[in-house]
Amino acid sequence: MTTITMLAVLLLALFGYWFGYRPARKAELAAAGGRALHSRPVYHGLYVAAWVGIPSLLLVLVWLLAQGPVIDRLLLQTLPEQALAGLSDAQIRVLLSKIHTLAAGHALPGTPPEYVTQAADTLKRWRMIAGWAMLAGALAPGLMGLFWARLRIAPQFRARQRVERILDGLMLACAALAILTTLGIIVSLFFESLRFFAKVPLTEFLFGPRWEPQIAMRADQVAGQGAFGMIPVFTGTLLISAISLLFAVPIGLFSAIYLVEYASSRFRAVVKPVLEFLAGIPTVVYGFFAVVTIAPALKAWLHGLGISMAPNSALVAGLVMGIMLIPFISSLSDDALAAVPMALREGSIGLGATKAETIRKVLLPAALPGIMSGILLAASRAIGETMIVVMAAGIIAHLTLNPLEAVTTVTVQIVTLLIGDTAFDSPKTLAAFALGLVLFLVTLALNVLSMMITRRYREQYD
Amino acid sequence: MTEPPDSHERIDWTAPQRLTRLRRRHRANRRMQWLGLGAILTAAGLLAVLVLSLLASGLPAFQQSYVTLSFDLKPALVNPQDMRRGKWRKIVRNALFAALPEVKDRRLKRKVFRIVSRAAPYNLRDYVMKHPELVGKTITHQVLLSDPFDQYVKGVIPAHIGAGAQQRFNPRLGGPEVLAAFEKLRRDGRISLRFNRNLFLNADSRLPEQAGLAGAIVGSFLMLLVTFIISFPAGIAAAVYLEEFAPKNRFTDFIEVNINNLAAVPSVVFGLLGLALFIGYAGLPRSTPLVGGMVLSLMTLPTIIIATRAALSAVPPSIREAALGIGASRYQTVLHHVLPVAMPGILTGAIIGMARALGETAPLLLIGMNAFIPDVSGMGISEPATALPTQIYSWADSPERGFVARTSAAILVLLGFLLAMNSTAIWLRQRYGRRTW
Amino acid sequence: MDEKTDKTAGAARTQAGGKRKKTAAKKPATGKKPAGAAKPKKKAKPRPRAKDIARLAPCGVGQPRRGLIDDLPGGCRDEDCKFVTRGVDVFYGEKQAIFNVSLNIPDRAVTALIGPSGCGKSTFLRCLNRMNDIIDICRVSGDIRMDGEDIYAGDIDPVLLRARVGMVFQKPNPFPKSIYENVAYGPRIHGLARHRDELDEIVETALRRAALWDEVKDRLKAPGTGLSGGQQQRLCIARAIATKPEVILMDEPASALDPIATARIEELIHELKENFCIVIVTHSMQQAARVSDRTAFFHLGKLIEEGPTEQVFTNPRETMTQDYITGRFG
Repeated sequence: MTTITMLAVLLLALFGYWFGYRPARKAELAAAGGRALHSRPVYHGLYVAAWVGIPSLLLVLVWLLAQGPVIDRLLLQTLPEQALAGLSDAQIRVLLSKIHTLAAGHALPGTPPEYVTQAADTLKRWRMIAGWAMLAGALAPGLMGLFWARLRIAPQFRARQRVERILDGLMLACAALAILTTLGIIVSLFFESLRFFAKVPLTEFLFGPRWEPQIAMRADQVAGQGAFGMIPVFTGTLLISAISLLFAVPIGLFSAIYLVEYASSRFRAVVKPVLEFLAGIPTVVYGFFAVVTIAPALKAWLHGLGISMAPNSALVAGLVMGIMLIPFISSLSDDALAAVPMALREGSIGLGATKAETIRKVLLPAALPGIMSGILLAASRAIGETMIVVMAAGIIAHLTLNPLEAVTTVTVQIVTLLIGDTAFDSPKTLAAFALGLVLFLVTLALNVLSMMITRRYREQYD
Repeated sequence: MTEPPDSHERIDWTAPQRLTRLRRRHRANRRMQWLGLGAILTAAGLLAVLVLSLLASGLPAFQQSYVTLSFDLKPALVNPQDMRRGKWRKIVRNALFAALPEVKDRRLKRKVFRIVSRAAPYNLRDYVMKHPELVGKTITHQVLLSDPFDQYVKGVIPAHIGAGAQQRFNPRLGGPEVLAAFEKLRRDGRISLRFNRNLFLNADSRLPEQAGLAGAIVGSFLMLLVTFIISFPAGIAAAVYLEEFAPKNRFTDFIEVNINNLAAVPSVVFGLLGLALFIGYAGLPRSTPLVGGMVLSLMTLPTIIIATRAALSAVPPSIREAALGIGASRYQTVLHHVLPVAMPGILTGAIIGMARALGETAPLLLIGMNAFIPDVSGMGISEPATALPTQIYSWADSPERGFVARTSAAILVLLGFLLAMNSTAIWLRQRYGRRTW
Repeated sequence: MDEKTDKTAGAARTQAGGKRKKTAAKKPATGKKPAGAAKPKKKAKPRPRAKDIARLAPCGVGQPRRGLIDDLPGGCRDEDCKFVTRGVDVFYGEKQAIFNVSLNIPDRAVTALIGPSGCGKSTFLRCLNRMNDIIDICRVSGDIRMDGEDIYAGDIDPVLLRARVGMVFQKPNPFPKSIYENVAYGPRIHGLARHRDELDEIVETALRRAALWDEVKDRLKAPGTGLSGGQQQRLCIARAIATKPEVILMDEPASALDPIATARIEELIHELKENFCIVIVTHSMQQAARVSDRTAFFHLGKLIEEGPTEQVFTNPRETMTQDYITGRFG
């Protein structure tokens, strides 16, 4: 039904274009040489098409967003009272999903009660009605727009300006999509987190030393409340991120120094694409690499030295994440170094400094803000990196700083808490959103800090 | 110092302590250079280890071993009215033991039958259903070997494990008698190794030897299609607005900060957004390319906007002035003159954004786009699906040994796609004009 | 007779040039040469260039060569000059920027290189302290000697050479450090001061010589980039002086400055020539006339004429010089 509606709106818009274009074109031809029209006929057509298409599409979108919840609410009212009595939110959800499954034509295990089959029929009927209503509702403003816009078209009508104003609005809306996305992230994380904090106090979440969400899976276990203290999870995140940065920052920075200051242009032409390729490898590949290659190799090597290492230790995850970060840090440091004016380099070389002295005493201090902002971005990436740790780090939260032990991270917890789980109101699911909020805020702080440094730095050399 | 300002003291640069110092400075310089080279070689070496280990474990999966048997398609077993109910397992069994007449013991027979893949009866059934005229005949056909024997043929697993006195028979191969039967098949020339078309034509399966990437590739394609349809026009529109039309005020500044920040927000957060907003609130169907594409388009949007803005700002202002000077409106200027010049840079950015979206895993896991899809035919934009990276994740998590090779092969396929996309982007960048970002 | 000498000289030069190109190509211009001065044995290797130089009619001795003049008393004889260059060619990749330039530069005097922009005067200047080494595609051939020593010889350490031949650039380029640190940079890396007092002394002397001391003595810790343009340039001069070089190369040092700052720089140059050999590139003929003792006129990469400043400006030998000086082109 949605497809049909969209097609209908599209057709109507096309018709609107023709409806606006034709009279304008006629007027233009009739004027023969003189400037009878203010705007080219194309703009008249576009003007009408915009008046047809945009209101209709907006209406369809709003309709689609509202339809599901509204129908569900109405559906619940048709159900017999005793069917709903004493049901929790979650159980109502399950009931609704049963009705939906049935309405979609799939079979349910066992024989559902009669009120469920009835509700499914009602649902089907209502959906049909809603679909037609949407079609009619979409076409009505379209037709209104069509005639209204057509009425306004006249030879002196400033169609081009009008169309450009509409386009301005559309483009602004696209640009504002970025704000909407941020807003969406904040709102969705914030509200789900609020629901979580209604069940688990904020202080326990922030300062609790134990993270044992798996116990709370079983609601019937009164004793097993589950523990939601994020301290060990966050420590694990920081531990793995720190290992990765310790590994990646020197290698990335020295690579950049070599590439910018020492390497011949031919060497650069070979190495840069290699680093870019390294940067483009999906993190799931790094995760697999960690599990299959690095972890056994490192374990065997450490075993040879008489040290035992947990199979999914922080060290392995950190090292592999470091490999992932090398090209990132290298390319950002590369940019920062290359942005240092040539004059400073010449000034130092001209005084008889060696390259190393120039780099250490002039270039690095001058590029430091850029490099710092790159490292901050890298830290933000390390904290938010998911697949490597999901595959290579642990699931159980240990409060430890020993890199040879298994720790878990914020992102691992988010993924493990949410995979294969749709219920939106168990503390376990909601905890994932609370962790997501923390993750978002921390990375936001790092990103903004990095951006501020870059801006100030840019001013310095402009 | 005592020197009067007028006199000019010359330094004896050849004094021994000066020369020692000079040598030390040059040593420090060389040290720095070697450190840099070492860093690059470390990075390149790690990349080499990564690629080589993937190749080593993944390349065997591009081949698949088959056993050639003669199948007697007796109508009684085939059940021509409804072939789905035919006794295909029995047909395969008969064919196998016709080739191995010396295997008599029933218990041994059960073990020996595991040489052939559990998927073999179904594959044979599908083949005969496509060629119904074969019913009643005896045909020679190739069916899959089971995973352990497939690996044994490729030399991935040995017949014996352990060393010296500890050496014992590899339990995965079922025992010496089973292996003897297998070697007989091999001596008879019934075992063959071919290019593994299944890897690209089959969808997922619980059996490693049967599992393929078709479902994941189709899923990824559908998802990227959605991503592209949303993020490409919206990204260009936003970038054109910000770069060409927007007044420089706090609002546009705020938009810009937002875009830069979104480019660095962890992908898993986008997954949470998709889960809460698209699935939880808007009620869109879970696990589908539609939702996956929408989430990824939000992630790709900043990349495209940033690349497009860079491409636009690289267009020399003289072009705009020329167009405005002959009376074109701002839109005509942008549409007819600026955008065409900037297009290669925009496309480069879009391809790189798409490549990144193709490799993105975490948000897809959160919205459940790691469904088990055993059949490609039912796939659609709003049907549950899987994608290449999530398929890799699922396979990497599978306990069967055969999936290690399959996972590596899947990674190689994914990297192949990414390499192709990135090469196109680099080619575009070099072919059309200067570096724009 | 004259013609013949010239021809052989030319042949020898191209030969030498060929050799030079090869050696230049071999070293990857990274300045990572072994500490050259430490092994003077290498010099014993027969180098054909030394003989070529002897065969050339040197400037100031024997036949006068076109554009090279010997009438500055004691200033232009090879043995008296700080720099003696013969047949210098410079290439940027395939493109040749300098053609066969032979020029003598006297010590404790100011030599101005003038000419229209893009004529190669800066390129030539940068050959004198091997700054061109840091440009990948740049190749220098020909013979450049400082105090009789071939500065492009394999055993010459460019780092040491640049300590002896300081340079001041077109745009003032103080490091983003304090004024003190800017001046102390050279002495620090070359280890000219054993302790803090000595370094303070060097910094003060350099700043005094650059006529900047009185203006900055109260804010030595302030960033060098915070000074005015003219002050920045004098800071760069102080920075160059602090290393106690023998030569100061100045690449249009006043082009980015206002007239008052320019006058101060010129005054400074005048004072500095007591102790240093100064080579200045300038596009301003007035400036060349005011500050220099000798002037060399470059055009399209070729040295057209060289001589005492007064003579070049009042009585040029070449019509091209005449045209340039009177403003007919350039």
